[in-house]
Amino acid sequence: MKSAKGQERLRDFVVNGALLLLVFIWTIPTLGLLVSSFRTRFDIQTSGWWKVLPHREWVLVEELDIPEGVDPNGIMTIEGVTGTFDELREGITGEDGRQITWSGNKRLGTIRINEERWVIFPDLTFENYGQVLAGKTYEIQTASGDVMTVEGDNFVGAFLNSVTVAIPATIIPILIAAFAAYGFAWMKFPGRRLLFVLVVALLVIPLQIALVPILKDYVRLNLNGTFLSIWLAHTGFGLPLATYLLFNYIKGLPRDILESAFIDGASHFTIFVRLIIPLSLPALASFAIFQFLWVWNDYLVALVFIGAKPDVQVLTMRIAEMVGSRGADWHLLTAGAFISMLLPLVVFFSLQRFFVRGMLAGSVKG
Amino acid sequence: MAEATQSKFTLKSLLEWFTTTIGQIVVALLVPSITVFIMIKGFIFLRDGAAPKYIIALVAIIWGVGGVALIYFITNWLIEKLPPKWISKLQPFLFVGPAVVILSWYMAIPTVRTFILSLKDRTGANFVGFENYVAVFSQRIMTIAFRNNLLWIIFGATLSIAFGLLVAVLADRSRFEKFAKSLIFLPMAISFVGAGVIWNFIYEVKEAGSAQIGLLNAIWTGLGGQPQAWTAMLQPWNNLFLIIIVIWLQTGYAMVIFSAAIKGIPGELLEAARVDGATEVQVFFRIMIPYIMGTIITVSTTVVIFTLKIFDVVMVMTGGQFGTHVIATQFYRQAFTNQNKGYASAIAIVLVICVIPVMIYNLRQLSDEEAF
Repeated sequence: MKSAKGQERLRDFVVNGALLLLVFIWTIPTLGLLVSSFRTRFDIQTSGWWKVLPHREWVLVEELDIPEGVDPNGIMTIEGVTGTFDELREGITGEDGRQITWSGNKRLGTIRINEERWVIFPDLTFENYGQVLAGKTYEIQTASGDVMTVEGDNFVGAFLNSVTVAIPATIIPILIAAFAAYGFAWMKFPGRRLLFVLVVALLVIPLQIALVPILKDYVRLNLNGTFLSIWLAHTGFGLPLATYLLFNYIKGLPRDILESAFIDGASHFTIFVRLIIPLSLPALASFAIFQFLWVWNDYLVALVFIGAKPDVQVLTMRIAEMVGSRGADWHLLTAGAFISMLLPLVVFFSLQRFFVRGMLAGSVKG
Repeated sequence: MAEATQSKFTLKSLLEWFTTTIGQIVVALLVPSITVFIMIKGFIFLRDGAAPKYIIALVAIIWGVGGVALIYFITNWLIEKLPPKWISKLQPFLFVGPAVVILSWYMAIPTVRTFILSLKDRTGANFVGFENYVAVFSQRIMTIAFRNNLLWIIFGATLSIAFGLLVAVLADRSRFEKFAKSLIFLPMAISFVGAGVIWNFIYEVKEAGSAQIGLLNAIWTGLGGQPQAWTAMLQPWNNLFLIIIVIWLQTGYAMVIFSAAIKGIPGELLEAARVDGATEVQVFFRIMIPYIMGTIITVSTTVVIFTLKIFDVVMVMTGGQFGTHVIATQFYRQAFTNQNKGYASAIAIVLVICVIPVMIYNLRQLSDEEAF
């Protein structure tokens, strides 16, 4: 009996240990991004982001002129350490734990004395966010106290564009799909079966199939680069799944509610607006989260239909462009990427329940 | 006398009927016209307007969402003015029509148009038969793309599913279930472009001797290795470093669905097996796996289809350099960089052919359902 209990405890330990290890591995990448976005440009380029944790580091405590009478070509004794010029250039650690370094050349050098100290409070800043968010110009205080004007990355603009694209591109397909789902589920009309087969057949068709012809249409209609074009595109690509999921849900609603409403003389439209929409809210919310995340995070559709128009660019395009043009500016890239993740993460954490439910509904049939 | 009043009455009612009908027709014409006018004005304002950004954003959202709702309302209002016989005939088309029109325009017809384009040359002017397909299946760049997609499916899909299953099983019996699932699921909310930045940073390489700011190289040099440009080295295995990103993103999806499936296994079944002396490993392979096989197949299909279309990650991480092109990036390159519409269309059709088995399966399922 005792060994069984011990075994259980061991099993618990293994299970929890393995799980927490996986969670740790899964979280580290995002954590690294978040931490880095608050570090200064200099820090990011010279040390890993994990250095924000308390650690021991060489800190400059004193800088001296070269003492008179030392011969740089021979063996010297400075501040209690002895060595050649090359050794001093590398830095020599004395018995008291101080590191003596010769900085500069033989004639015009200084002596730097470093001490290893605990660094507990890392140097963090909001500057990166300021610069990324700013429009045309942004002023930076440099370390020496000068004010430097740089070009901002206009993430505020891109953020607004993303919102303008994502909200209608979420609501419009849901509205259209809900109407269609009701039609397929509760109305009789010729071609109903055939049209629903079309919806199901299109469920798995990759959207790549549509890009070339639709772009052609847009150019002809002079729609390219407008918000309408991208809403419609997202509506088109999201409709099969939306219609299918909502159909399954609406079909499952109790029929008697509808029949009694009919007897009371309500029209299909009234029933749909007054009864079906409120009853389907959970399903609508689930799909809305899905569609919102998909549109917000989309890169391909935006790239093709918005193209290079800088005033309509969405966040993903902005970041991808930055990766290409200034891929080493990690202080800006990390801040920009985090801004783009902000809204999805809020949606995700506040509505996770609906999100999971929506995913499960989608997978039951597949 | 009576006749006179009768006819007078009829005349009056006729006149009344006439004016109301005219009135109704005028209103019926006026309301949609005003709507269309407002919509067009709104569109022009949005396209050419020079208002501040946030005003444009607000107007656009109201115009877009409100406009669609308005179209439904007004059309329905018009339909409900008709005789009942017409209402029941027309209303279904109001409900289903817009969806069918958009689906046809954006998905169904483009499939045919793309197929026709795939038989034409780069400008779309002349038919070239199956030349584009021959090129797709013989050119080296495409062979590499196909090979890479295969790697993506073999490693990416398999490992996402394996990790998803592992986390689901572990979480099911851990006290940190909610916490763990939330954090593993979190990358699902991150865009591929964002994930690209995150992982680019992890793979960042600095020259030997200076401090490595990329996590992977910091660990690697800490273990005594030379700093590596992970996504550029040793083809085709550099693809694995891109695949890791998608495993990181997709595991959460698989986990959530497996987790729900595992919770659906009757407790007595597992209990009985344990009482009979089955080890945990046996319970997992002999009971759990067979029980949730259906779910595993569904999730696998979804993940494989998804992996087949992978685009953003490759685009952001390497842009297809160092032998990392996949089918979807080649499609993009041919269609929009090389402007070879015929070739690109052939690639898109190949993608469609890959998913046809799943489509047929879905349609079979549909015809088995009693609902239709």
